[in-house]
This record gives sequence, C-alpha cells and structure tokens, in this order.
Amino acid sequence: MSGTEHLLYYLSDYFPILVFIAVAFAFGAGTLILSHFVQPKLPDAEKLSVYECGSEPFSDARMPFPVRYYIIAMLFVIFDIEILFLYPWAVAFDKIGMIGMAEMVIFIALFVVGYIYAWKKGALEWD
Amino acid sequence: MELMIFAGAALVKIAMVMIVVLLTVAFLTLAERKVLSWMQDRMGPMEVGPYGILQPIADGLKLFFKEDIIPSGANWLLFSLAPILSVVPALIGFAVIPYGPNQEMEIFGVTIKPFVITDINIGILYILAFASIGAYGIILGGWASNNKYSLLGGLRAAAQVISYELNIGLAIIGVIILSGSLSMVKIAEGQAGGFWHWYLFGGLQIVGFVVYVISAVAETNRLPFDLAEAESELVAGWMTEYSGMRFAFFFMAEYANMILVSCIAAVLFLGGYQSPFPHYIIEYLGFPGMKWVEAVVWFTVKVYFFLFLFFWIRATLPRLRYDQLMRFGWKVLLPLALANVLITSIVVYFVRQP
Repeated sequence: MSGTEHLLYYLSDYFPILVFIAVAFAFGAGTLILSHFVQPKLPDAEKLSVYECGSEPFSDARMPFPVRYYIIAMLFVIFDIEILFLYPWAVAFDKIGMIGMAEMVIFIALFVVGYIYAWKKGALEWD
Repeated sequence: MELMIFAGAALVKIAMVMIVVLLTVAFLTLAERKVLSWMQDRMGPMEVGPYGILQPIADGLKLFFKEDIIPSGANWLLFSLAPILSVVPALIGFAVIPYGPNQEMEIFGVTIKPFVITDINIGILYILAFASIGAYGIILGGWASNNKYSLLGGLRAAAQVISYELNIGLAIIGVIILSGSLSMVKIAEGQAGGFWHWYLFGGLQIVGFVVYVISAVAETNRLPFDLAEAESELVAGWMTEYSGMRFAFFFMAEYANMILVSCIAAVLFLGGYQSPFPHYIIEYLGFPGMKWVEAVVWFTVKVYFFLFLFFWIRATLPRLRYDQLMRFGWKVLLPLALANVLITSIVVYFVRQP
C-alpha cells in the first residue's frame, strides 16, 4: 500500500464517527426546528423576565464570580495534561521495560510534588 | 459500490444505536421514577397506560408541544446552542462501545461487524475527549440564561465535572496497563474466559473501579453529587430558564450520559459482553452459532446493573455540601487513583517479568 492509501485506510475507521456527529447534530437541530413550528408563541413581559423566585429581577447576572473557579480550572489543565502523558506510557507498558517504569515513577513523583504544593498553598480548599 | 455499502452499513448501525439509546433514555426516566417510588413505598406513575408504562411518551409529546421561552436578557445563539452541545457528545460516545463480539456477520448479503459502530484504536480517549465537551453545554447554558441561579449552577457544574474527570482519567489507567490498548474492543476481548479474568477481579482494579463509579456519578451530575441543580438552593441550576424541547435535551443528555458511563464501566471493569463463565451458556446447550445473542444479553445485564446502582444511590444518600464535594474529589479520590496507578504498574511489571 502507498502512503496515501495507508492513510485513507486508517482514516476509514473514523468515517463512521463523522457520520455519527452529523446525524446527532441533525437530530438535535431538527427536533428543535420541528418543535418550533408546532408550539404556541404567546410571549409577554412577565413571562420573558428572568426567574428570581417571584421578585423583580435586579442587576445583571453576568457579574464577577469567585476566583476559586479559575484556580480549579488551572489545576485541571495542569493535572489533565500530566495524566494524558500517562496514557501512551500505559499502552506501551510491556515494551519499555525497567527504564520506562523508572522514568514514569520519577514523573509521578514530580506530579505529586506539584499536588502537595497546591494542597499546602490552599488551592484545594473551598470555604 | 464498496464505498456505498460501507457508508450505508455505518448509517444503519448509527441509526440502530441512536434509536436504542433514545428509547432507553425515555424509558429510563420511567424506570427511575418507578424504582424510587418502590423504594419509598409508593406506586409511581400509574395513569398513562397500564402501570404508567406510556408515561415517557406522554412526557415527550408534552415537552415537544410546549413553548420555548427565551428570557429577555439571554444570549439567543448560545442559549439555543447549549442544549444541542450537551446532547451531541452524550450520544456520539456510543460510537466505540462494543455491544457484542467483534465478529463479522452476513446480513442481507453484506458482511459487516454489527456489534460496534467503529473500532478506533484510541476508543476510550475519544470518549473522554467528547465527555469534556459536554461540560461546555452546561456552562454556556448557565451563562447565556442571564439568570443568577443558572450562572451559579453552570459554574458549579463546570468545576465539578472537570474535577471528577481527572479522577476518571486516572482510574482507568490501571485497566489500560493491563490491556495494553486504548481500543474498547481490545479491552473487552482481553477479559474473556470467566469472571476471574475481568479486570475488576483478575486485574485487582477494585480501587480503580470504586473511584471510577463514584466519579461517574459526580460527572453525570447525579445525586448525591447534583450540586449543579440542587433544587433546595438553586431552583434548577443551569436549567432554570429552559423550557420545552431545550429542557428535554438537557434531560436526555443527562440520561444518555448515565447509560454511556455505565457502558464504559461494564466494558472496562466487568468484561463488557463476556460471559462470567469460561464459555457462554448457549455453547453448553449446543448452539455455538447463537453465541452473540447471549453476549448482548450479558452486556445489557451489566449496563442495567450500573443504571440500577445510580437509582439506588439516589434513593439512599443525601446531597453533599459543595466544599465536601470538592474536598472529596481532590483530596481523597485523586490520591487514591494515583496510588492505584503506581501500585498496579509495579505489580504488573513484576508479575510479567519472565
């Protein structure tokens, strides 16, 4: 097989996924559009106002929110990338032997250092 | 011509899977209400059809014909996009789940592999990647509503989903070390030959399994981790302003996600479609050709076991506080899952040494 054929053969596994994404989107959008045509539309100012337990809504909802959510998001990005590095290692586990094993123990040790640092800094606290 | 058959077979398989998943979602809502009712000594829905069996259809029709309200301060585009963004990732995860043995069968003169839509070699990674996109639906819906309850619910849900996703990612690494592959089909095939070969028992992935199940409940925003839509404090969380079909989509996404995480748990830890005995029962009875029927039944039984577990947990446990939830995820489950990876790798290394 030539390079292009090989690539096409490889990508053919992913073709059903593309189709599935298209079908799922079509299902979502189609149902919403169909429903749009059969539903009543009787808007009034009270109905369209945002729900605040019956009282008059005050101020915009898009206000600043606690910085803890940002910290959690940043920790997630860092830790998630570190976990992603474990995946190829786990797949190749049988082939890389003692050296691969030792390298990953060092990597996880670095991971734990960062984790302990975040814990001691109070980034995992929520009060 | 060959391409046409290939595409046609893929479309038929996708249509079948979507119909089965959507029907399961519909009747799962009824099953949940019935199971909860029986656990609380009630009858549950009884009015629509015998024993209330047509209730999901009545609910679906009602939601379909209800007005879609877009609140005056909302961002129209994101508000409409969010439900689709949350239902699409929940559905397409099913593309790589093996429902039965990965064998070729001839149906109407066409040779296809009927029990998995596609066997890509990074199956579990693909599911994790699309599961993350589901969080966008929730946070966009919460932000676009321009409602304070929705915003708080969306933020909470996003922080919770990404926190517990880490634990799911770590918990399944033990299984990948044992199977040496990310393909769902290969993982299921590697557990043949009786329940003592399943990775839960044979691979001693008990810690990984427990971490996965708890994180899966949190990831799908189910009780006792449903802080994002805590009725007693946030009305309905990020869904507060949604009505009609858009609300139904969030609901469908939640139940489809439940089925998806149950399928993953069954494949990764309980052998997927594999029989708990060394051979399929139907082989002992003398019909080896009908093996796939029993395989699909085993898979269904395992998935429904997890779905029942979801209901059971919901009926048993009270809701956590948000600080308890975050502390539990980051300070208990994460170290446990990390220790599981280290210990599994060391044990597997020394066991496989010649």
